[in-house]
Amino acid sequence: MLLTIEINGQQVSAKRGETILTVLNRIGVKVPTLCFFGSLSPTGSCRMCVVEVEGLTHLVPACSHQVEEWMQIHTHSPRVLKARKALVELLLANHPDDCLYCDRNGSCELQDLSEELQVRERRYPSSHKPVQIDKTCASIQRDPGKCVLCGRCSRVCTEIIGISAIDSVGRGSSTRIGTSYNKGLNYHACVKCGQCIMSCPTAALTERKSLPRVIEALGNPDLYPVVQFSPTVPGAIAEEFGLKSNKDIMNILRSALKKIGFRQSFDVSLASDITIMEEAALFLERWPRKTTLFTSCCPSWVRYIEVFRPEFVEYLSPVKSPQQIMGALIKQYITSSAGIKSEKVFVVSVMPCTSKKTEADVEGNGTRSVDAVITIRELVKLIRLLGIDLNNLEPEPAENAFSISSSSGRLFGVSGGHLEGLMRSIHFLNTGQELNPIKINDLRGLKPKKESRMRINKLPVNVVAVNGLANAIALMDEIAAGRDDIHIVEVMACPGGCINGGGQKIGTDEKMLKSRMKALYDIDEEEIVKVAHKNPTLNELFDKFLSKPNSERNREVLHKDRSKIISE
Amino acid sequence: MEAIFEKYSLKKPESLIPLLQEIQEANGYLTDEIVEKVSVHLNIPTNRIYGVATFYDQFRFKRRGIFHIRVCRGTSCYLCSSSSYLKEIEKLLKVQDGSVTRDKKFSLETVNCMGGCSQSPVIRINDTYYHHLSVSDLGEIIRTLREKSE
Repeated sequence: MLLTIEINGQQVSAKRGETILTVLNRIGVKVPTLCFFGSLSPTGSCRMCVVEVEGLTHLVPACSHQVEEWMQIHTHSPRVLKARKALVELLLANHPDDCLYCDRNGSCELQDLSEELQVRERRYPSSHKPVQIDKTCASIQRDPGKCVLCGRCSRVCTEIIGISAIDSVGRGSSTRIGTSYNKGLNYHACVKCGQCIMSCPTAALTERKSLPRVIEALGNPDLYPVVQFSPTVPGAIAEEFGLKSNKDIMNILRSALKKIGFRQSFDVSLASDITIMEEAALFLERWPRKTTLFTSCCPSWVRYIEVFRPEFVEYLSPVKSPQQIMGALIKQYITSSAGIKSEKVFVVSVMPCTSKKTEADVEGNGTRSVDAVITIRELVKLIRLLGIDLNNLEPEPAENAFSISSSSGRLFGVSGGHLEGLMRSIHFLNTGQELNPIKINDLRGLKPKKESRMRINKLPVNVVAVNGLANAIALMDEIAAGRDDIHIVEVMACPGGCINGGGQKIGTDEKMLKSRMKALYDIDEEEIVKVAHKNPTLNELFDKFLSKPNSERNREVLHKDRSKIISE
Repeated sequence: MEAIFEKYSLKKPESLIPLLQEIQEANGYLTDEIVEKVSVHLNIPTNRIYGVATFYDQFRFKRRGIFHIRVCRGTSCYLCSSSSYLKEIEKLLKVQDGSVTRDKKFSLETVNCMGGCSQSPVIRINDTYYHHLSVSDLGEIIRTLREKSE
């Protein structure tokens, strides 16, 4: 039902049940917000979006107050502006004045607000006390001293991820965002997806930096630094530096990585192709008998199953994540066949992910496959630090065969992509014919849960792709309650998949997600090799280094032993 | 503990607070292990439970002494100088607000109001209320209690 309200003297029609903020956004009136965040439920706790409604004695928060008939709203009256400014000043009174030394200098919402509301002096004396920084976790660092208590991280962690690793602790003026028993993030529960970092307006949550170690390794003449990057990296770099995300960007990125000092660069998609071949073999070995396979490319998802649902560990694909496979390939085969000792090789991976940092630390029996993981944000910082001008770089084509990957492998960057690539190969390996049409539209798009009922040799294969860990938890509850018609489940913990990972650019919105997704699907459209089983490099690898998919040799190199976890 | 869990076998999230209350009643205080067990039982993340338990003053994560002393710091008691009573107790027992003496006999806590404003300042030891005391009475009270416990 439509009703009429008046905003700043202008008559506007609104729907019953809408919040004031929704209407304001629609008609293009911008009010500052802080605790309001995308699809999360509004709490109205920061009061930054307050507006004046005639007839009401107090100011109301636009994000959580619903419109009523004939409301007369003033969004930028002197009273409102004064209140908003005072709010920012009070937040600043509890905030350290160390912007110049801060990780989020230049991308901080508190800075933006204080600039927007023209805070020019400290009217309230500082009551900030230094707080211990939580560095227990290998992926995420918490600095409660910089927290403004907007609660966005805890709502993301509860509503989208479904874990509640961080939440409000205490009451009143002693409230803070904390972990269970204040024991540090690594103590348990956290799956390290990094979505809290993406939602944090300040630097209270940041990734643990691996950049200093990488810079040190780059300057060490005894080491042979190489880099592997996720398929989402070229697009993200293009976006960050204002380049066109076309075929050239991959070669510009390679050129930039070479300039940085990496001796060789590899696209992780090759390892994704191997993952597809392994998982396809594993699946076809059991199918069409009743079987359930959970993909294992997302380390946050793997951690969730290992910690919270050990009863499902047996369903989890034993194949390592592409990052770990690629690291093993580089160290054990690619560089060693070129005569470089594996101890000298320093493998850096660039990921849109914070969870991969922990994964690289935890996996490997004494020998690390990946020596350091940096997020896309860290790579951007490194490029800027070294003064590399991407606009004037000569694109450099890949110099080795290990740079060839199918577009299926690249699709791992988007939710549903892993499954799409996997189904293409499963279909071919089972029937000898390519999937036609090769696109699986059911599995595309940003929907949180995508199901596809396919038929291979007239037998049904039901697959589900889920993104946002909370949705996967709901699916696990369904399976635990007896749902048994699903053959393969693909889960990516971040909403949308790796294109929205915890290591992507801060301030990612839906429009950016759509363009990142489109960029990956465009590659799939243009690429000649669209399926993993047609990747010529795989044949060489299977001949010389590995063996047939799911053979003993492959299990040794590519699989992760999960039996230990079950017994723990 | 199992018996208490059985009572709340429906596992509704709203049973969280009564469940924690009963466990605390039986155990004296809450521990990390208890939070974990409740989390598994009710299927609520541990951090949410910890958030609830730290929100309410009634829940505690520290062992109490045999004699639990509560000093009121509400407005009325504050004006009647309850801070000097607090300081005296801290001095006598060598204990800080929120902790227990080494012999585990006394624990000290400040609370915000016990509803006895006309009797300010109010001090409660276990279930006995003391009011209209002078600071010098405190030594005698504590001595009596200590003897009682031996």
